[in-house]
Parts: sequence; structure tokens; C-alpha cells
Amino acid sequence: MELYMSLAIGVLFTVGVYLILSKSLLRIILGTSFLTHGVHLLLLTMSRLKTGAAPLLGEKADAYVDPLPQALILTSIVISFGVTSFFFVLAYKAYQKLGTDDMEQLKGEDAHE
Amino acid sequence: MNNLLVLPLLIPLCTAVLLVFLARHVRLQRVISTLSGILNIGVAAILLAQVKREGIQTLYMSGWVPPYGIVFVADMLAALLVLTTAVIGLFILLFSFRSIGEERERHYYYPLLQFLLVGVSGSFLTGDIFNLFVCFEVMLISSYALIVLGGTKVQLRESIKYMLINILSSALFVAAVAYLYGVTGALNMADLAQRVEAAGQGGVLNVIAILFMIVFALKAGLFLFFWLPGSYGAPPTAIAAVFAALLTKVGLYALMRTFTLIFYHDHGVTHTWIGVMAGATMALGAFGALAYRDIPRILNYNVLIGVGFIAFGLAAATDDSLDGAVLYLLHDMVAKGLLFLLGGMIISAAGTKQLSEMGGLIKRHPSLGWMFFATALAIAGIPPFSGFAGKLMIIRGGFEDGQYTLAALSLASSFVALYSLLRLFMAAFWGEEKPEPAVEKEPKRASDPWRLLPAAGLFVLVVLMGVGAEWIYEFAREAGNTLAQPSIYIDAVLKEE
Repeated sequence: MELYMSLAIGVLFTVGVYLILSKSLLRIILGTSFLTHGVHLLLLTMSRLKTGAAPLLGEKADAYVDPLPQALILTSIVISFGVTSFFFVLAYKAYQKLGTDDMEQLKGEDAHE
Repeated sequence: MNNLLVLPLLIPLCTAVLLVFLARHVRLQRVISTLSGILNIGVAAILLAQVKREGIQTLYMSGWVPPYGIVFVADMLAALLVLTTAVIGLFILLFSFRSIGEERERHYYYPLLQFLLVGVSGSFLTGDIFNLFVCFEVMLISSYALIVLGGTKVQLRESIKYMLINILSSALFVAAVAYLYGVTGALNMADLAQRVEAAGQGGVLNVIAILFMIVFALKAGLFLFFWLPGSYGAPPTAIAAVFAALLTKVGLYALMRTFTLIFYHDHGVTHTWIGVMAGATMALGAFGALAYRDIPRILNYNVLIGVGFIAFGLAAATDDSLDGAVLYLLHDMVAKGLLFLLGGMIISAAGTKQLSEMGGLIKRHPSLGWMFFATALAIAGIPPFSGFAGKLMIIRGGFEDGQYTLAALSLASSFVALYSLLRLFMAAFWGEEKPEPAVEKEPKRASDPWRLLPAAGLFVLVVLMGVGAEWIYEFAREAGNTLAQPSIYIDAVLKEE
């Protein structure tokens, strides 16, 4: 099972990197979302996907899944959610004010101000 | 157990929350954040004294014994850095009163600054790798908001890149934590250190170590600094000064912590790489400082030279070089904060960023000029000032370790740093006097004593750190000692109560 998950995560990373390297800002933001999805699945996978009950003591099972990565993922999800929403608004503002979403035209030198 | 440890986090946090409600009352915001800054320095000083007297202090959150709960650890290095952060935070806050402008102050500038301090102090104090990630994010999200606050075109353009690169490095950080957890099953740093030692560093653990190195190098601007010169030039002076003084140093601290505590068993791989990256950073930073003719770029590349220098101290990893790295880190935080404040004042005095368009400022702004001159000497490491002792120790450590190329590079880069800053000084302050810039509405705004005073305060600190190097060295040696012997840290955290 871990093998399939690793392959899927690999695909997510690939797609994420490919999108981040593109010119349009919106694609870049989508790329970062793919990347964070991949990372969260990686956290889940790296704690071994053994079968067990959900980590609720009421289940009274013999074995539970590892509860720690789930807490880490939950933390990381809300952080990346906050960051992504900020990034979206930033991209919107930048589009309004700079009039482009093409990274080529957002190059660093101060020539075009 | 020592509840004092959480206060450097709690004071700015509570202040920030309070200030959010007072967004319209600029005066009140200033008073409250000043008071909280002073309180923060007091607490940090008490903490430092305690660490000096009683050794490493720990706090187990909610009483959960490590490795099960989150633990806060104040060893000498963390305590020193927290105190330095608090001091720089206060001085830059005082500088902002007269420079940041009412519009930004009304839009949550002070709360964001406090949240930034929460993240920085938290990163220094935490003893848990995932908690370190969370503190990093607290710091970074505040910095995203600060870098774009005001919304000028340059800021919007540069903050997109700054955010993107930090989102990437944060994703890599989580991936690295995931791999490390998969291999060791631990998150607490002291526990991790023991488990890595037991498993024997090599193979997959080396790969993870390199991944952490990439993550922290991205944050610290160590070789992977391509994002830094542009982004640090975008925000207003006070914000750029906070960034230059604190943000890259947190990355450096994380590097020092992980590569002296957890991944120190295979020097041949990890520390060689850090050395190579340090050398490249110093060289490229020096090229950048030479190449540009505008103030923000010159200062930004000088930040990189400092980062490379400290990383060199870490790479050599002898007792001397680690002591030196701690000393130089403290000096660099204060001096770079000061340098950016002075640079910002020069820009507003001349009304331009370009060296070719300014000149003769020394007649109108003598104190600013001589302070900048002395700061340039301090950064280059001329003896009476603060940079000397740290550089001396780092280079001596480098020689002991046989890293002659890197030592030569670091000396050359100091020379370039001095040259680039003195060229800035000569172009801006000497020569033909240019007419007073028209954009300056209040006359002599740059000589406004309330903007000069905070800078002067930092300057006094730079001088004292140089003159009293003997006294500071006592603290730095203890910090370096804990870095050189990780067992001291591990025993302090995992001891049975």
C-alpha cells in the first residue's frame, strides 16, 4: 500500500513542480496546492499505513492507527490554507495594480516602474 | 520546569492580540508596544541570568514529560538570541514611530511586528522539530503581511516571489519532518538526537540531513539566496531592518541547532556541504556588493556575506569556530539591523537610492555619516568594534580545521564588505553637495532626532559588544560549549524529574 501511495505522491510532486515553473501566477498557486497535498499525504504514508481502528478510545480495538501524524497534518493543513488564501488575495491585488499575471513581466529590475 | 521560558513568546503574543483591537488609536498602540518591548527585554535578561546561574532551563508544556509533549528549552545560545531579538525589536519599534507613516500604523503594523517577534522567539526556544515548523510559519506569515503592507507596486511584485519561495521551503520542511518521523518515530529534538545516534547516521539519515540543510539554507539565504536581494529591497526601512536582523538569522540558528545536535555524526558529508555553500555565499555576496550602485542592493548582499561567515563557523565545527559563530551571530543581528536603519536614513536624506545621484551629505547630516562610517568598520571587523572578536575566532577555528581556502575567502569577503560600504559612504557623504531633495516635505527629516536615537542606541550596543567582548565571550563560550557537546543539551531535556 505504501508503494502505491508513494507513486501517487510522486505524481503530485511532479505536477506541482511543473505548474510552479509555468508563467501564469494562477497556475503557480495551483502548483503550490498540489505540492502541499503531496506533502500531507507523505506525512500520512510515512507513519506506515497499517490497519487499525480510528484513534478513538471508544472504539475499544486491539490496534489503533498512529494518531500523531494526523495531528501534524491537521496543523499543516490549516497553515497552508491560511497561506494559500493570503496568496490568492495577493495575486488578485497584484493583478489589479500591476495589470498582469505573467511572471515574465513581473521581473525584478526596477526599469518598468 | 521554569515558567519564565514561555514569557518571551507570551508577552508579544498578548500584546499583538490587544493591539488588534486598538487599530484606530495609533498613540495608544505605540505606548503599549513600547511597554511590552521593555518588559520583553527585562524577561529575556532575567532568563539569560538564570541560564547562566543554573544551566539549561526547560519547560514541559502541560507537564507532559518529553518525548511525549512539547518542550521549551533555553540553553545559553537560545537565551542570548532571545535577548538580542528583544533588544533589536524595541529599537526598530522606536524607529518605526517616525518613519513608517500613519497609514501603515492604522493597518495593523504593530500587531504584525509583535507576531513576528512571537515567531522568532518561539523558533529560538522550542525543543520540538514540528513546533519549530509552526513557529517558522508564525514568523513567515507575519513577514508576508509586513512585506506587502502598504501595497506599492514594488512590494506587490516582490512579495509574490518571497511568498512562493517560502511556501516551497515550508512544504519541503514538512516533507523532511515526515521522512525523519518515518525513520526515527520521534519529533522531540533531544529524543531525535539520541535515536539518530543509535541508528547511526548514514544512508537515508544523511539524505534527510541534506533535505533539512536545503530547507534551512533557503530560509537563511545560504547559497540558495536568489530570492533575498529583491525581496529585502521592497519594504520600508524599518521592516527591511527587522528582516535583515532577524529572519535569516532564524534559519542560521536552525542550521546550527540541527547540525550540532542531531546530524553531527557524519561531518564528511554534511559539514563539507555547509562549508561549500558558505564559501559560495561569501563569494557571490561579495560580487553582488561590488556590482551594484544602489543602497538597498549593496546592503542586501552584505547580509549574505554575514550569513556565509556564520555558516563557515558552523562548517569548521571546532570549539573555537562554534564560539566565534555565536559571537558573530549576535554581532551580525545588531549590526545588520543598524546598517539597514542607517541606509534607510541615507536614502531619505538624499531622496534617491542611486549612489551616482547623491553626495556631500556630511555637511547636513554629520552624525548620520560618522555613525555609518563606524558601522561599516564594525561589519568589516575592525578591532574596537563588535565584529572583530567573532571573525577572529571563526577564522582561527577554520585554520585549526585546516580549511585554508574558506578562511582566505572569508578574509577576502570582509575586505569586500568594507570596500563596498566605504564606497557607499564616500559617494553619499563626500564630494559635491547636491541640492536638498524636493520630496522631503519636512526639512531635515533624516536628522530627526527621534529617528537617529534608536539607531544611536543600536550603535552604542555595537561599540559595547566590541569593547566588552571579554564579558560577552563568557556567555558565547558557554553557548558554543553546548553546541560542541550535544550530550549537555540532551541530558538537560530528557532528565528524570
